[in-house]
Amino acid sequence: MTLVYLDNNATTMVAPEVVEAMLPYFSQNYANPSSIYDIAHNASEALKESREVMADFLGAANPKEIIFTSCGSESANMAIKGALEVNRNKKHIITTKIEHPCVLNLYKDLEKKGYRVSWIDVDKNGDLNISRLLEEVCSDTALVSVMMANNETGTIYPVDKISEAVKMQNPETKVFVDAVQAAGKIPINVKNTKIDMLGISGHKFHAPKGVGALYVKTGTMISPLIIGGHQERGKRAGTENVPYIVGMATAAKLAKDALEDELTRVKALRDKLEKGILSSIKNSVLNSKSKNRVPNTTNIGFQYIEGELILLHMNDEGICASSGSACTSGSLEPSHVLRAQGVPFTSLHGSIRFSLSRYTTEADVQYTLEKLPAIITKLAKISPFQKELAEIMG
Amino acid sequence: MWEYSDKVKEHYKNPKNVGSIENADAIGEAGALACGDKLKIYLKIDNGIITDAKFQTFGCGSAVASSSILTEMIIGKTVEEARKITNKDIADELDGLPPEKMHCSVMGHEALEDALKDYFDEKEEQPQKQNTKKIICNCFGVSEEEIIKAIKEKGAKTLDDIKEINYAGGGCTRCVPNIKMILDKYVKNDTQLNPVQFILKINKVLETDVAHELGKDSGGIELINVEGKNVYVKLTGTCSSCKNASVTLKNFVEKQLREHVDQDINVIEVK
Repeated sequence: MTLVYLDNNATTMVAPEVVEAMLPYFSQNYANPSSIYDIAHNASEALKESREVMADFLGAANPKEIIFTSCGSESANMAIKGALEVNRNKKHIITTKIEHPCVLNLYKDLEKKGYRVSWIDVDKNGDLNISRLLEEVCSDTALVSVMMANNETGTIYPVDKISEAVKMQNPETKVFVDAVQAAGKIPINVKNTKIDMLGISGHKFHAPKGVGALYVKTGTMISPLIIGGHQERGKRAGTENVPYIVGMATAAKLAKDALEDELTRVKALRDKLEKGILSSIKNSVLNSKSKNRVPNTTNIGFQYIEGELILLHMNDEGICASSGSACTSGSLEPSHVLRAQGVPFTSLHGSIRFSLSRYTTEADVQYTLEKLPAIITKLAKISPFQKELAEIMG
Repeated sequence: MWEYSDKVKEHYKNPKNVGSIENADAIGEAGALACGDKLKIYLKIDNGIITDAKFQTFGCGSAVASSSILTEMIIGKTVEEARKITNKDIADELDGLPPEKMHCSVMGHEALEDALKDYFDEKEEQPQKQNTKKIICNCFGVSEEEIIKAIKEKGAKTLDDIKEINYAGGGCTRCVPNIKMILDKYVKNDTQLNPVQFILKINKVLETDVAHELGKDSGGIELINVEGKNVYVKLTGTCSSCKNASVTLKNFVEKQLREHVDQDINVIEVK
């Protein structure tokens, strides 16, 4: 059966080279990198090299600025809670309405615990109102937190510019960037920026699940989330997950080399898919409207048809994608990102995210473009909005 | 991913009885586009027997499957028999639904009830509620009793607390006003707003949540006066000429104010 995987913002296939690089660290160089013998030395060397690779991947000046974590959510939690903890006298946070739930829900929790949170809006295209954000910066602002790229729409936010402007207003305010959806898709370079902390997750760029990294600029104080041993210079206790860290570093190297491909070939495939859907399916509406977008993502709403139903029928044809529909998520609430953008209810519940990767082929896109129109036509017939659909579909 | 039974899969893949019936003897509706679920059911009734049934659904896989199987269940049945079908019967016939998806079967039941109400004369007795427990949140099947329990035993004080404890109100949000009502009744209220605070609170809701929503369509709203529980507002921008303005005022503005400020608020438009 055909399998077309267009859900790479959810997770990615682990690259074969990554699996291969990891294997020796399971049953040969399996020792604890803190131990003294040769096989431990092999592990600690691999750890050291991986840290250098990750520093290079993010443009960090010093490998010491990289802390290995277990995932993107841990990176975010460590950065946010860690920075607030050492800055207890400041009680104001600025973030956006379109952050990933791992960040969003943490701020909601902090709001309950007495922090004042300013939630900055986006416009109809999904772009951030940066001057509004800057207006909020005050002497009490402990943290500004903006994602680098949105997981649902692919919109890129100018975090370099934002960090620069925030520091002009209040040099003491820390800036955290959730770069989980940017890593491997667009260049990340913290060098010469005012970003204090930046989190990424391995499995979004062809490393396995269960490993992530947090960049913390030299001089930025954070208190640890996990307290215990001396690992990660006391910032993150727990024996280092050497095979996975090696896997992530290998994936980072591959991603860096493939960036050109991502920005050209993958982008061209995404554009072909997007244009193809919008031209062949009359009730489709583009939700990813920003000019600044990661090259692999598009989000398209299908009016008067519900998203989960579309996904189920796509699945029957072997096509995997995601939806901003209420019914696919455990919470049963429609996408907060599309709501913030003001996507109308007519297409909100029928919004589908397609996210490609460097493993996506021309044939994958072709196949999707062949199958999708028939699915939408079939499902449109079930809709109670026949009059409205007739007007659109002609 | 949800775990759907083979029967659910069969019915969303190839739903039976899709479409409408011209000159239907009864038509029933449930749900709304905004909630992400809407069902329309059409019945042909001869001598009290349902001879044909068709449906149109905007909704997820289980919503389509529930509608499809419901039409199969009622064709050939008498109206009286059809009336007795509960949402649990629909879910059972599908070999079960994931708990989060039970509201889809509820919607089928509601649409059928609506259709049959349409068919019977006004004089006829109202169809009897099948549930002995009063369900407040249809999305998660949470009863009034369970919400009161969350308040009394688990110390829930706000809507968010309720959502966290038993998910109620976290789905389509249609039941939020009812949950607020229960909260108002059972949570000891230690703060009574004075008239100035009351107006300020109304104005805050209008200026933030309401203005933000209306702003998306380039509309706006102004608070003109507050008399008792009557809130006089003026719509501005594109809203002022919108033919759906009265709907917006009742379904959105009044709902927001009732939810955030006071359950008894009436919104009145000043032209």
